[in-house]
Amino acid sequence: MDIHEYQAKELLARYSVQIPRGGLAYSPEQATYRASEIGGGKWVVKAQIHSGARGKAGGIRICSSDNEVSEAAESMLGRKLVTHQTGPKGKLVSRLYVEETVDIRQELYLGIVLDRKSERVMIVASASGGMEIEEIAEKQPDSIIRAIVDPGAGMQQFQAREIAFGLGLDNSLIGKAVDTLLGCYRVFRDFDASMLEINPLVITRDGNLIALDAKMSFDENALFRRAEISELRDKSQEDPRETFASDRGLSYVGLDGNIGCIINGAGLAMATMDMIKIAGGEPANFLDIGGGASPERVAKAFRAVLADKNIETILVNIFAGINRCDWVAEGVIKAIREVGVKVPLVVRLAGTNVEEGRRILAESGEQVIVADTLAEAAEKSVEAMRAYSKSKKN
Amino acid sequence: MAVLLNRRTRVIVQGLTGKIGSFHADDMKRYGTNVVGGVTPGKGGLVHQGIPVFNTVRGAVRETGAEASIVFVPPPFAADSIMEAADAGLKLCVCITDGIPSQDMMRVKRYMRRFRYEDRMRLVGPNCAGVITPGQALMGIMPGNIYLPGRVGIVGRSGTLGYEAASQMKALGIGVSTSVGIGGDPINGSSFKDILKLFEEDPDTDAVVMIGEIGGPQEAEAAEWAKHHMRKPLIAYIAGLSAPKGKRMGHAGAIISAFGESAQEKVEILRDAGVTIVPTPAAFGPTVQGVLEQQKKAA
Repeated sequence: MDIHEYQAKELLARYSVQIPRGGLAYSPEQATYRASEIGGGKWVVKAQIHSGARGKAGGIRICSSDNEVSEAAESMLGRKLVTHQTGPKGKLVSRLYVEETVDIRQELYLGIVLDRKSERVMIVASASGGMEIEEIAEKQPDSIIRAIVDPGAGMQQFQAREIAFGLGLDNSLIGKAVDTLLGCYRVFRDFDASMLEINPLVITRDGNLIALDAKMSFDENALFRRAEISELRDKSQEDPRETFASDRGLSYVGLDGNIGCIINGAGLAMATMDMIKIAGGEPANFLDIGGGASPERVAKAFRAVLADKNIETILVNIFAGINRCDWVAEGVIKAIREVGVKVPLVVRLAGTNVEEGRRILAESGEQVIVADTLAEAAEKSVEAMRAYSKSKKN
Repeated sequence: MAVLLNRRTRVIVQGLTGKIGSFHADDMKRYGTNVVGGVTPGKGGLVHQGIPVFNTVRGAVRETGAEASIVFVPPPFAADSIMEAADAGLKLCVCITDGIPSQDMMRVKRYMRRFRYEDRMRLVGPNCAGVITPGQALMGIMPGNIYLPGRVGIVGRSGTLGYEAASQMKALGIGVSTSVGIGGDPINGSSFKDILKLFEEDPDTDAVVMIGEIGGPQEAEAAEWAKHHMRKPLIAYIAGLSAPKGKRMGHAGAIISAFGESAQEKVEILRDAGVTIVPTPAAFGPTVQGVLEQQKKAA
C-alpha cells in the first residue's frame, strides 16, 4: 500500500528526520493561506499523487507570490496528472502540499528496501541524488552504498556513520546524518514498511540535512497491526477495478487486454495469462479467486471482471483440488445466471470429478464453451474473442 | 524414500483445532500420513478427530516423538508457531499460512540461525501448498489423487500450477517422487536451490521440474547452482510472461522490481545454465517425457 508524500513526511518528522515546513491544501484558497502561514516569499506547490516523477509532468511548481500559488493550485486540483509511472490514464490530484523552498547545496539519495537476497532490510544511499535509483545504478554504480541490517539487533550507529562518511559528508553533518538514517530505519521498522525512499535528501546552504521528498509503501500483510497506516489509504489513487475487487477480498490486477480471467491460484493465473498471450490474445486482468472457489466467490469474480468495459470474452480456469469440479461447475452456472454474462464464456475445469463438472456445464443450457486443457482454453478464448469483436463491429 | 517426507514421518499439526487445520489434518490422515498429534494452546489434553492435542510443541514432541510439523495458524501468530517448532527440535516444518508480514519472516530466519546447521529445522513455505510423497504421505493441502508415484521431483512456488504440472505428467504415465511447494512469499524458508540439492542427492529421483515465477533472485540462484553441481536433468517453467513491471501478481513475492526478475530474463538465465525450458504451461507433460526418453537412450 502506498501513501502520499505529505503523509510519509509526517511519519518521518516524528522520528526526528528534518522536513521543510509545509501544509496541506484542498483548494486554491487553502493553498494561499498555507503559503502565508509558512511565510517568506517563495514556495513550492506539489501535487499529491501516488507516483514519482511529478516534476517533469508539471506536478511541482515554484511560486513567488500569492497569485502564483493560487494559479498553480487551480491548474493542478481536479486534474489527472500523467507521469511515466502512472500509465496513460494518470492519477487524480485532489490534494496539494505547499512547502517552503530550501537552498540546496547538494542532493543525496536514500532508500530502504527489503532485500530478498539477504532476506533483510537494506539501506541504499548515494551522493548522486535527484536521479532515479535505476539511473544512478546505470550511470554511477560506484556511488551506491549498501548496508544490511540485522533484524535481531536493528540498525547500528556505526552503520549509519559508515554511510555518512561514505557519502563524503562534512564532519559537521555526520551527527545529523546518523540521526536521519537511524530515524528512517526506525520508521521503516515500526510501521512495517516495504519501501522508503528519500530522493532527494538535501544538504542545505546553511548546513542542514532535509528530506525534500519522501515515498513510502507498506507491507499489506502487516496492516492488521498498523491501523494508523490503513487510515492513510487513498482509494482515489488506485485503479477502480482493483479497489472494487480488493474490497471483495479478491486478488485482482487490471491490465490492458480484453480477455477477462477468473482463475484459482496466483501461479496458475499467471500461467493462464501467458497461455492467452501465446495464443495471440491479451489478458484484461489477473484474478486469483483463492482456494475456495465457492459459488459466492465465483459470482464476485464475475462482477469484478465485468466491471472492466473492455471485456470481450471471459476465461474461467479452475483446478479443483479439495473442491470437486461438479461443485465448482454448479457455482459457475449459478454465477452466470445471477450476474448475467453477455460476452462469450470459456470454462476449463480440471482435477477431482472433472467429467461430472463438464457434464453439468454442458447440460445447463447456458452458452458455455467447454475446454479440456489449458492450451485449448486459451485458443478457444482467443477465437471467441475475435468472433465477438467482429460481430460487434458489424 | 524420496525427499523430506515418507509414510513413517511422525507429523504434528499446529493449529489442529481450527477449521482449516481440522479439515486438512483429516485429509492428510486419509492419504496415509502418520499424524501423531496436534498443538493448540489451551486445548491440551483433548482428543480432536482422534488426534491427541497438546498445549505446546515441546510437549507434543516429548509425548509423541514427532519429527515434523505443519502450520495452519493464522498470519498474526504464524511466525511465533514456526519459531516454537524450531525450538522444540523438529526436523521439518511446513507452513501453509498465507499473509505473514515480511518483518516477521525476517525474524524467523534470524531466529533459526541460532541453531547449528546440522540441528537446524528445515522450513518449507510459508504461503505454500506443502509437501507430498505420492503413495506415502501428504503434508499439505494438495489433492493427493492427481499425483502418480514415480521418480520425477517437483519444486514450485505456486500450488495450483504445480497441480497442473503433476496432472499433465500423470496423463502421460509419469510419476512424482516428491513435490515440494516453497511458497509465493518474498522471504521463505527453503529456496529452489535448497530443494534442488535434496533431489540431486535422492536415489529415488531421476529428474526435477522447477516451477518458478516473476520476482526475486531464487530462480537465478538455482540456475547458477544447477549449472555447476547438478547431474540430474533439470526442467523449468517460469510464469508471468505477460506480467507488467511493478505490479504484484497475487503472491506477495511475484513482482518485477529489479533486473533479472522478469519471466523473460529468468528464462534466459536458466537456458544459459543448460536447463530445459518448458515453453508453455501446456507443455509440462511432453517436455518432461522428452527429457526422460533422452535420459533412457543415453543410459
